[in-house]
Amino acid sequence: MKLPVTGSQTVGPFYHYALDRPEWSDLTRHGARGEKIRIEGRILDGERKPCIDAFLEVWQANAAGRYAHPEDRQNKKPDPKFIGFGRVFTDAKGRYAFTTVRPGPVPGRGNAMQAPHIAVNLFGRGLLKHLATRIYFPDCAEANEADPVLGLIDDPKQRATLVAQPAKPTRLGRAILPTFRFDVILQGEGETAFLEI
Amino acid sequence: MSGRDPIPYAPEQPGAQPPNDYPAYKSTINRHPLRAPIRVPHTLTEVTGPSFTRRWHGKNLADLTLQHKGEPLGERIVIAGRVLDEDGRPVPDTLVELWQANAAGRYAHERDRHDAPLDRNFTGFGQVVTDKQGGWRFVSIKPGHYPWRNTHNAWRAQHLHFSIFGPAFATRIVTQMYFPGDPLLATDPIYHSIPDATARERLVAAYDPTLSEPEWALGFRWDIVLRGRAATPAEG
Ligand SMILES: [Fe+3]
Repeated sequence: MKLPVTGSQTVGPFYHYALDRPEWSDLTRHGARGEKIRIEGRILDGERKPCIDAFLEVWQANAAGRYAHPEDRQNKKPDPKFIGFGRVFTDAKGRYAFTTVRPGPVPGRGNAMQAPHIAVNLFGRGLLKHLATRIYFPDCAEANEADPVLGLIDDPKQRATLVAQPAKPTRLGRAILPTFRFDVILQGEGETAFLEI
Repeated sequence: MSGRDPIPYAPEQPGAQPPNDYPAYKSTINRHPLRAPIRVPHTLTEVTGPSFTRRWHGKNLADLTLQHKGEPLGERIVIAGRVLDEDGRPVPDTLVELWQANAAGRYAHERDRHDAPLDRNFTGFGQVVTDKQGGWRFVSIKPGHYPWRNTHNAWRAQHLHFSIFGPAFATRIVTQMYFPGDPLLATDPIYHSIPDATARERLVAAYDPTLSEPEWALGFRWDIVLRGRAATPAEG
């Protein structure tokens, strides 16, 4: 006999003072190994208006392609300084940005390999249940071509919405970080592919 | 299928989750995707997720009435329960975040323009990590009803916002807890967005005198159930 799962309800518009932990937008803050990168973008609604009351949660493997979780039993180096999780809010223009390391590839089902990717859960006013999507990298064309999740999306235009775009490098202190742009369009023309996970 | 494939989490139960296209809640009109989501078989990406047993989740904030110099106004409440999965197994060591309006129905949020007083002794944010039995407990004050611009003269049922992670990226959930006997539950569109009546009523806490603190605070019990694992595939 299964217990009924608790239903989702929107986060509403008034969560920032509670949930915003600015340090969570830097996944490298404890000194993670790997190539430090920046991901930035905007969240737009069906009228291309910026969503100023939304946030992203991101989850990814470390630079070697291993998740900081007991169910990842791959024979790959763990990185105790990388927790792999971040939360980042949109600003008054609907923009968000976070700093992380480029994730390594992780296995799919069977013998498949997945292209490097970052899993995303998107929350906001107007979303009764959060939306899931993924961020892939534009400079991994071959791996993306073979990726089993991207392969589930028939329409090439829709598939392309999951691949970030190269953007102007970000200067952070003395470092210059390779930067990728990943816009989320909630509805209509160019709508981001969302995943049922 | 390889024997090393992770066991997926069980699919959604019909009627238990709200649709994103739900015009009675006006903000969904421009924000719900038009295309059906792509169904993704679970991989290591979906069955893993952040862990909160280490240093980085921050302080234990279980008593929302002790965060300032003075006491917040309002009716003191104790809210407690467990985080379980569908199979009734406790979910230990997971982060539970709570945020809410004050007793007058106003959030300590810069964009909340409701003309009700702020309470300098109340922020309305709590967080705890569940214990080995999946248990959690907060002390707070009962939030007020507040108006919102969804339709003319619309008011929200009293609610607490809850955020729960669970063991995996696929178990993440944000929801709201309601109070028994609230007359606004009859019409609140966010509450009614959950199609199945039994599933909907699970969002309403139970008055529980065993949780009440004598001469101090009124007790409510509310259990949170996260997705469990699907049965192991026969060929696996
Ligand atoms: Fe609210």
